[in-house]
Amino acid sequence: MDAAQALADLVEISAQIEAAVLAEADGTVLASTLADQERAQAVARDAVELLQTAAGGAGEPVQLEAAVPEGSVFVVRGDKRLVAAVTGREPTVGLVLYDLKTCLRLAGEDARPAKKAASRARKKKDDGDAAGGKA
Amino acid sequence: MARRKLAAFVVALGSVAGAAAIWRRRSAKGREHVDVYFADGSMVTFAEGSDEAARLLPIARRALSQARG
Repeated sequence: MDAAQALADLVEISAQIEAAVLAEADGTVLASTLADQERAQAVARDAVELLQTAAGGAGEPVQLEAAVPEGSVFVVRGDKRLVAAVTGREPTVGLVLYDLKTCLRLAGEDARPAKKAASRARKKKDDGDAAGGKA
Repeated sequence: MARRKLAAFVVALGSVAGAAAIWRRRSAKGREHVDVYFADGSMVTFAEGSDEAARLLPIARRALSQARG
């Protein structure tokens, strides 16, 4: 399953999640439910920063929930990727974390950065145009 | 008679302790905090007012604001 599909499934099964971003460990966005790519990138950067800032004596964090009155931010980290999501106030923490871990697992190793997926789609379109031009 | 009084006292004490626990739990739920889970299964909560929460919560607020536009 690709990154975009994994995120689409996540948002479908978890009504509490308002928006989610799937990214490489360095913050490079693979897929996002946000229409604005810059905002998706900013959320991914904040997710990486949250994990880095939370790292302490107990080692590297694998997941976190930051709750403020406006809502909650969740970050779950896999081996190479992370998924960040925002919810409204007082979400069901266990359920959201479970859904995010499932999303990471489904995205698996097939996930590719959005830019590459876009370039593949463009190449397909170009090929289609070229074929159409020949006909 | 003394036993009855003692039993009533214990029940009353238990009720007060239970109510206090529920009240504390409910009031803590709405507070700002950060729960961090580590690979070894351990978890730490940084409550509002702690140094760690002071570093983490502004980042979370920024992420929420970015996600919601």
